[in-house]
Amino acid sequence: MDTNKNLYTIVYSTIIVVIVAAALAYASEYLKPMQERNKEIEKKQSILKSVNLGLEAATATDKSTYIESEYSKYIKDTTIQNGDKTLDMYICTLDSKDKVFIVPVHGVGLWGPIWGYVAFKSDLNTIYGATFDHKGETPGLGSDINTPWFGGQFKDKQIFKDGQFVSVKVVKGGADKSNPNEVDAISGGTITSKGLEKMLIDSFGEYLDYFKSQLSKAVTTPSDSLTIQADSLAKAPVDSVKQTIKK
Amino acid sequence: MDKKIYIEPIFKKNPVTVLVLGICSSLAVTVKLEPAVVMAISVTIVTGFSSFIISIIRNTIPNRIRIIVQLVVVAMLVILVDQILQAYTYDVSKQLSVFVGLIITNCIIMGRIEAYALGNKPLPSLVDGLANGAGYGLILIVIAFVRELFGSGTLYGFKIIPDAWYIKNGGFYENNGLFILPPMALILVGLIIWVQRSISKDLIEKN
Repeated sequence: MDTNKNLYTIVYSTIIVVIVAAALAYASEYLKPMQERNKEIEKKQSILKSVNLGLEAATATDKSTYIESEYSKYIKDTTIQNGDKTLDMYICTLDSKDKVFIVPVHGVGLWGPIWGYVAFKSDLNTIYGATFDHKGETPGLGSDINTPWFGGQFKDKQIFKDGQFVSVKVVKGGADKSNPNEVDAISGGTITSKGLEKMLIDSFGEYLDYFKSQLSKAVTTPSDSLTIQADSLAKAPVDSVKQTIKK
Repeated sequence: MDKKIYIEPIFKKNPVTVLVLGICSSLAVTVKLEPAVVMAISVTIVTGFSSFIISIIRNTIPNRIRIIVQLVVVAMLVILVDQILQAYTYDVSKQLSVFVGLIITNCIIMGRIEAYALGNKPLPSLVDGLANGAGYGLILIVIAFVRELFGSGTLYGFKIIPDAWYIKNGGFYENNGLFILPPMALILVGLIIWVQRSISKDLIEKN
């Protein structure tokens, strides 16, 4: 048969494409439930990781079951209302009965999406823990945002400074460890680090009104205002003494 | 079957160091050993089976759309590998991310189909494909071994260089950042080619 005729070529390519498409469609449908479950488990594991739970996943005999049971034990899915937007929030009740509020963050790195979960202590300012992940950042460089050392830096950092929202800055060339608003960037992963910084500002920004309303509630509680008064009282005499000395 | 088919691609006709094919991905996925190993296996499977399938239908393929037909078959296999990795070894597939998809563009696959599978019977084509994939994988693993050891101080994720050696912990050692970057992989490929040509002198061109 002459394989160079136009009709043969067209029929041949049609048949090949149909066969390949059918094979791929079948494989995709067949494997989808497993892939979806992997994604679900991964999400739950990330949420647990942001509050330092579910750490035995690597050694657990059945990872999925382990993650599922830990998740249902500690985490409660919920949503909050910020203006007309409904935002996801996960509330974790620790063994110590303390509540931790986990918010999801989404952004863009160098090659694709990056995301993570940041857990706040009940003051909604101090970070309890954080974990990040990425779709395809440069291996060994930007991809290091999913390592424990990078996420671990966020512990005890704060997103407000003197009542102003400043988020957490990712600083190139070494952050000041005592500064509660800075963490180290990844050397060689500048664009990923910058993307992560922007992601935090944008994602926290969505929750900002909610955080602020909760925060102002906290400040006006009686015990807090009392300590503020006490502080200013204590400072006042010292300052006036200093001024008299200068004179 | 001729023994040459599966011996030569490993050393004497290694696709990376002698035919200089598939350089692109051997720079990209060799930062760490684990993705390199998975990549080596994936490429071996894809080269083997694409050569096999193309060889079966080689006499029916219209010459004018030859390359397109080859690409369709290769793309199908790559997507299958990607889907299977996502379903069964999710963590590894996340590490490899885009590079699994990029197997399609690996020159070795098209190179072996064009050079061998189109003119030979299915079984030798399968062996030829698998052997070339293995030759490629071997180089990948050697490069990844060196890069992970000197660039990250680990092998297959396990710590090799003791923590106390590092300067930040008061030691004398620092990981070499150059090993993490792609240029170092190219230098390593060059070194391997040099060593190989010193061993078997007949690879050196006469003029």
